[in-house]
Amino acid sequence: MTFGAEFVALTLPPMVIAMLAAMACAAPGNFLLLRRQAMLGDAMSHVVLPGIVAAFLLTGSAAQPVMLMGALAAAALSAALIEVLRRITGAEPGAAMGATFTALFASGVLLLESSGAGGIHLDVEHALYGSLEALIWIDATGWASLTDPAALATLPPELPALALATLVILTALALVWRPLTIATFDEGFATSIGLPTRLISAALTGLAALAAVAAFSAVGSILTIAMLICPAATARLLTDRLSHQMALSLLIAAAAAGLGTLIAGYLPPALGLSFSVSAAGSVATLSGLFLGLAACFGPRRHSRAASR
Amino acid sequence: MVDPTPLAVPETALTLSGLTVAYAGMAAVEDASARFPVGTMTAIIGPNGAGKSTLLKAALGLIPAVAGEVRAFGKPVAASLGRIAYVPQRAAVDWDFPARVIDVVRMGQYRQTGLLGRLTPGLKAQAMDCLARLGMEDFAQRQIGALSGGQQQRVFLARALAQGGDLIILDEPFTGVDAATEAAIIGVLHALRAQGRTIIAVHHDLSTVPAYFDRVLLMNRRVIAEGTTATTFRRATVAQAYGDGLLSAIPA
Repeated sequence: MTFGAEFVALTLPPMVIAMLAAMACAAPGNFLLLRRQAMLGDAMSHVVLPGIVAAFLLTGSAAQPVMLMGALAAAALSAALIEVLRRITGAEPGAAMGATFTALFASGVLLLESSGAGGIHLDVEHALYGSLEALIWIDATGWASLTDPAALATLPPELPALALATLVILTALALVWRPLTIATFDEGFATSIGLPTRLISAALTGLAALAAVAAFSAVGSILTIAMLICPAATARLLTDRLSHQMALSLLIAAAAAGLGTLIAGYLPPALGLSFSVSAAGSVATLSGLFLGLAACFGPRRHSRAASR
Repeated sequence: MVDPTPLAVPETALTLSGLTVAYAGMAAVEDASARFPVGTMTAIIGPNGAGKSTLLKAALGLIPAVAGEVRAFGKPVAASLGRIAYVPQRAAVDWDFPARVIDVVRMGQYRQTGLLGRLTPGLKAQAMDCLARLGMEDFAQRQIGALSGGQQQRVFLARALAQGGDLIILDEPFTGVDAATEAAIIGVLHALRAQGRTIIAVHHDLSTVPAYFDRVLLMNRRVIAEGTTATTFRRATVAQAYGDGLLSAIPA
């Protein structure tokens, strides 16, 4: 097997899937961050698990659309629970979210364990770390396969699904960019010019949930959380313009995902190490590293420090 | 079809009838009724916690009212939002937001540009002109977080100017701003009033009320008095709103 054949079959699909998942999450993550709702991203990526398990148990189907509906329903349910908890107990939003999503995630784990994980391609470990390495392209024989329709038809189904989800998320954000920006900066003013601010909030939550669902099956909930927040937080430190922040966050997300998968695949063997590391783990670690670098050496930090 | 009976031009910009707002079961504003004639400039005054900001927010539909009706220019307020410019309290937003001064002013042009509308050269020039009227044209490309409090307040007013509203509602526009900003803002507001626009502002500095405003609305959860500054801004009425003390500055 040549390097090209091995790369296209074993490394390229997980790498592209990780990059798509990272970008799908990073885009809505920018607005979650600015709305101080980073925790909501955390909540979304956790409630996906009970949603998927419940959908499987109710329908007996593990098809992508069924999983998606289950996860979206769980996201909606958790949003409602968070609101109810806030109103009844007067708890701060972060506490209400934390209580809701950890309880739902835990119930998802119990549900998964007690129902037997056999029929569904999920176990607790995959729910946390994803199964990037398993998303290989068996029929690929080399770079030529990228132009071979027969070979392309056997791509892992997660790849086209994630490509579609990423496209939907980016298009939706481009369409509502101005009202979403105005409502994020100044909700009172947005309402006063007739913008449907509640609908806009709900739509953003929906997009974050879609990103979390789409990314979850491939990369698991830990990487989903990292991807919803880290690239946007890194980009925020590098620029003071929202459009630039969005573009940078997508670039950073893709870079972390691409580099992370390559590192996980090639670095341990290159160093002569006998163990392997998880691709999702190295992508998430790299995202955190980028954020740390931006915090230490980013231009914004210095200019702000100087202006105070 | 032409309406056979021409409607009289409504002479009242904003009418509140029996407006009641409650937070967690406690009435913050109770049975407030008031009218704000076109071309006037009204100060809403009252002690802290009197429900001044709440009154304005409920009037605009930003927070729900328990009871009451609000009409703007003779129509339900929701149908007249296009003629109203609202300037929230400066502290209501996060000024660390990634935006430049000009970006904030252009938010005021949303109704002209819409969802996907592009900013025409005319609209761009208009946005710059609004900044220039507040002496802020040199700050157009500045990050909003790098501005002083007074400059931020001017940007908010420039955004309201860009909206081109007939009724401008301001929540504490002079709180925490420098004297130059206060003078710039009052100059712009008086010019707007001279053009027949209507202005309503929550105001705290009782000593400047007669110089700045031609009408006052005194409230402390309930409306205590409303009318022209000359007849209503009197020691006895103000004392009713504030209780006694700090009244030496007001004509008896």
